[in-house]
Amino acid sequence: MADSNMSSGGAEAHWAKTKSLMITTMIIWFVFSFGIHFFVDALNGIVIFGFPMGWYMAAQGSLIVFVVTIFWFASRQNAIDEEFGVSEDSQ
Amino acid sequence: MKNEGGFLNNLGKIYGMYTGGFVAFVILLGILEQVGVPNKIIGYLFIFFTIAVYAGIGILSRTMQVSEYYVAGRQVPAVYNGMATAADWMSAASFIAMAGGLYGSGYSYLAFVVGWTGGYVLVAVLIAPFLRKFGAYTVPDFLGARYGGNFARTIGIIILFCCSFSYILGQITGTGIIASRFLGISFELAVFVGLAGILVCSMLGGMRAVTWTQVAQYIVLIIAYLIPVVILSAQKTGVPIPQLMYGQVLQEIQHLEATKPALAGAKPFMATPANATEALNFFALILCLMVGTASLPHVLMRFFTTPSVKAARQSVGWALLFIFILYFTAPAYASFAKLEVYQNVLGAGVSTVEAVQQLFATSPWVRIYGDLGLVKLCGFTGDPTAGVMMTADAVFKACQGLNLTELTHSAFSIQSDVVVIATPEIAGLPYVIAGLVAAGGLAAALSTADGLLLAIANALSHDVYYRMVDPTATTHKRLVVARVLLVAVAVLGALVATTRPGGILALVAWAFSLAAAGLFPALVMGVWWKRTTKEGAIAGMLAGFGVTLFYLIMTRYGGMGEWFGVKNISAGLFGIPTAFLVTYVVSLMTPAPSKEMQDFIDAIRIPKGQTLMDEKT
Repeated sequence: MADSNMSSGGAEAHWAKTKSLMITTMIIWFVFSFGIHFFVDALNGIVIFGFPMGWYMAAQGSLIVFVVTIFWFASRQNAIDEEFGVSEDSQ
Repeated sequence: MKNEGGFLNNLGKIYGMYTGGFVAFVILLGILEQVGVPNKIIGYLFIFFTIAVYAGIGILSRTMQVSEYYVAGRQVPAVYNGMATAADWMSAASFIAMAGGLYGSGYSYLAFVVGWTGGYVLVAVLIAPFLRKFGAYTVPDFLGARYGGNFARTIGIIILFCCSFSYILGQITGTGIIASRFLGISFELAVFVGLAGILVCSMLGGMRAVTWTQVAQYIVLIIAYLIPVVILSAQKTGVPIPQLMYGQVLQEIQHLEATKPALAGAKPFMATPANATEALNFFALILCLMVGTASLPHVLMRFFTTPSVKAARQSVGWALLFIFILYFTAPAYASFAKLEVYQNVLGAGVSTVEAVQQLFATSPWVRIYGDLGLVKLCGFTGDPTAGVMMTADAVFKACQGLNLTELTHSAFSIQSDVVVIATPEIAGLPYVIAGLVAAGGLAAALSTADGLLLAIANALSHDVYYRMVDPTATTHKRLVVARVLLVAVAVLGALVATTRPGGILALVAWAFSLAAAGLFPALVMGVWWKRTTKEGAIAGMLAGFGVTLFYLIMTRYGGMGEWFGVKNISAGLFGIPTAFLVTYVVSLMTPAPSKEMQDFIDAIRIPKGQTLMDEKT
């Protein structure tokens, strides 16, 4: 099953990399879900194109970061899977 | 299906033609309106034709194969699954109520915008790819396999039912309201029209039919959502990109709030949490909505339909992109509506009948929705059932009773659903656009109802019937049972919805906290922590769900005070950590999972290899 083509050391290294990517992604998620909105009042002092930045981050900014993060994560995780020969396309 | 390859290879062409056809249909109705066809006929045509198209797709996608019925044959490309997920996710609440909520509550309502989007990061990273690799048909299916047996599966089914059934009542009610307004029939009858619309999409083809109708419904709902506000933005700012241009509108709103006497004392639109309790509730709501999103079975099951694990991950990105298009437009809707009210309605003179007539001339929508009882001026509003209209005379008298010479912010109120629905009239657009918005709202409600219905019925037919009652059932029998249960759940939902259970509808907001506390820890820890045991997960699910339910019921009906001032919509704030903690502690107190289970977890952690729960037929 899991280790049919992969030594168990390879499986561990794969999972270690997968975990560290997960943690990085969760940090980005946390910062834009919660962290940045703590500073809404300070950010509202900056106005770009009419948008107070504190409002903007909750209405658009964080959302854009979420979308980009998921696509970035998907391609990074796929690269990890290919590196260890455990992607669906690898032999 | 003979043409399967042809259909899947030509998706772009087929949906491109469909989109063109829909636009042409709207233009045709616009021309009919100009030559004098009455509004009522336009409304009928909109509702009839869109439902007919969804029904057509539903019938073309009929199937007698188990994997087609439950997971659309796992052949849905990432982009299209993204569209289907977006339609599945965005309900009548997203389409109609969100902009209204933003209008009413301003910044604090942005917790919904952030909360209902960020959860997809959790879906992509922590859950969806692993459930896809496992090869689940339903979420309880995974719980049953990972936590060895029917006890965990049964708890999963109960939690799923509690979350999804109250949610589906909201959608059926939504379709009923829209259909009754535009068809001019009673609410009770309209609910069954909506029910027919839901069933034709799902009954014959299960997940496969729901997938392809949801893609079609996404296209209708996003066009319907964008067009009115794009035109309004072009009118007011000269640039048809409302999401970019409403920055100027925010500035004008702030300016009016600071200078206009009629607005004195109004809570500023962009007011941020004023104290620690408000801030706590803002962040708690974001957390509960996000974790709830990542646990709701009707969302997770969409990612079982992709051709690969890789596609499942990408598909989450596409889903959020398509959701984002609507969600970053909602605040623009709210802002344009706010500016219209602040500029033209508040501060308008009401000291003479002529002055009120003047207000009706500059903002005709005020009278249109006043007649329907949805806009109140000086406490006066129309009542369509009693034939009371909002006349200038009546408004003048009401305002005189309050000693008002001009309309102040406290003398004006608007029902929040009106914000999206009235935008075509605010922009002075023809009735065809109002019909388009109704078709969009209907598509949003129908697509979500379909997804929920399938989630509930599949849990009953696959997990209860096939896994627990009769594991030897033939394919044919399983599919017959699946359809009977689907119709039964749908009819039950419609019957309950016709009683207008106000109390139960309030429960929709609870679904997120219940799903978050009941399912999220078991799903995430099952993949990410091998040491999680059957006993730990079961105890965690029961504890998390129990604490959340206790808080919800006791604060609402039991007269219990709020803990730390946390509103009951965010009950998951207590339930989620409880579930994680109990799962962790009980797992460590019980023997580690077997070698087979450890291998099973290793296998779902990598994309390579067969799904672990393959259909044997």
